[in-house]
Amino acid sequence: MSGAIMNKTIKRRISYYEAEARQRVAGLVDEGSFTEFCPPDQRLTSPHLARLDAPLAFDDGVVVGRARLGGKPVFIAAQEGQFNGGSVGEVHGAKIRGLLLRAVQEKPAAVLLLVDSGGVRLHEANAGLIAISEIMRAVLAVRAVGVPVYALVGGSCGAFGGMGIVTRLCDRVLMSEEGRLGLSGPEVIETVKGVDEFDSRDRALVWRVTGGKERCALGEADRLVDDDMAAFREAVAALLLQSVAVSGESLADLRAAQARLSARAEQFAEARDGLEIWRARGFAEPKGVPMLTADEFNRQLSAKAQEEVPA
Amino acid sequence: MSAQIVFDRLFGSSHHQVTVDGHYVQGKAKVGGTEVVVIGTWDKAAVDGALALRIADAILTVVTEDEGRNKRPIVFIADTQGQALSRHEELLGLNGYFAHIARCVDLARRQGHRTVTVVHGEAVSGGFLSFGLLADHVFALPEAQVRVMDLRAMARVTKIPLEKLETLAKESPVFAPGAENYWRMGALEAIWSETDAWPRCLQEALSEAAGNDVRAERGLQRGGRLLAATVAERIGGA
Repeated sequence: MSGAIMNKTIKRRISYYEAEARQRVAGLVDEGSFTEFCPPDQRLTSPHLARLDAPLAFDDGVVVGRARLGGKPVFIAAQEGQFNGGSVGEVHGAKIRGLLLRAVQEKPAAVLLLVDSGGVRLHEANAGLIAISEIMRAVLAVRAVGVPVYALVGGSCGAFGGMGIVTRLCDRVLMSEEGRLGLSGPEVIETVKGVDEFDSRDRALVWRVTGGKERCALGEADRLVDDDMAAFREAVAALLLQSVAVSGESLADLRAAQARLSARAEQFAEARDGLEIWRARGFAEPKGVPMLTADEFNRQLSAKAQEEVPA
Repeated sequence: MSAQIVFDRLFGSSHHQVTVDGHYVQGKAKVGGTEVVVIGTWDKAAVDGALALRIADAILTVVTEDEGRNKRPIVFIADTQGQALSRHEELLGLNGYFAHIARCVDLARRQGHRTVTVVHGEAVSGGFLSFGLLADHVFALPEAQVRVMDLRAMARVTKIPLEKLETLAKESPVFAPGAENYWRMGALEAIWSETDAWPRCLQEALSEAAGNDVRAERGLQRGGRLLAATVAERIGGA
């Protein structure tokens, strides 16, 4: 292989997982189109972290603003997983809520939430919990005016705690295999319930329980994408092309969701490992699923789903 | 206080048929002559997928029954130690089950049902986020506890020593457990006292129309959350 081709290959793939929040924004949107609201020069820092002499960030760990993607106007919030685990404190949460409230007024083509967070920032736990509740209401308010909200999960902190709930309030969830989505992190379950319940150091198990391939097979995420900035961008661009304005979910929508969740609870009443989910979804060799590329995984998953449609 | 005593005091003894089944609360009551539907959790419930489905189903049932007629208010009773902690629940996507409840509460609101939460016992973290905190009005009964997480688990996650967290819990309102702190930060509209007439308090709450989320502004007025409203306004109000 010539040097030129190799360079091209390397350039094409940028890990979303390893990127910082600002790099993710830059990698997703049209070049030069991003305008940040309350950028770091405005020094919106957490007074609560300051009181604990803990490190501060001039953006409190989240970047919010407007941009274009494939020419369409989008609002975007990107959490910085490398600052306090992307956790939501008072200022961090207020920035996301402010963005969502602005989206209700200005109605962009979509709001993108680049979730990378363990949930509530425990140093300011009460303010963080309330902030997440406010974000939940604001996401639902955005959806109610017909602006779709898309969650992207592929960072090192995943989407946990209240941000795991926020993620599932979105219209669509895009995930990489490396991304994780859940409520209680494995460390918390292990601390309270013991290592036999959940061994947080068994990384393969953690991913089989909360990782992107399990979430897509379960129906908690809509599409698996490779850990590649361009793959995330393409997936979002595809959603923007197909999006139709729907003003909030209907009773029929939620009745259908209720039926799906009930059926899942019944079907997997004893399950404790993602291998069981993959087997039930038609993957003949569940142990091989972690080796599949996103394309192979999506193809096999949708082929099996079509087989199950009654004739 | 036993469930029956609490509900008798909340609605008046001859004005409700509210019962507890395990950790699940359901029934009907009359508040100021208006029928309300009561849905909730009891006895420090660890909310799991099954309980989440019951709560969501009860909300959808009210919305279905009231289609094309008067929308009955919904009174949520919140008493929860948080989400169930288990690998099985996580595997099945407990966060998705909680989001489903939240979507159902939102549907009820959009359909015109007024919603009020009364916190009894404990309100903790995920179990509180999923429905209790989403109501138009949230109140706490005397002695109700509100908090985020077990301090031992918090010590492990934050890598801050447990002793330091215990000291901090005694002095910092933004960190320390307690309904009073949640009142100051705007999440609780009021904490009712033993001497308040709870049925009248409830009636007053239900007489107010559902509005926008004013918790951040309330936290600013009460001096408990000085930045939430102003930062959101700087970004959202432009």
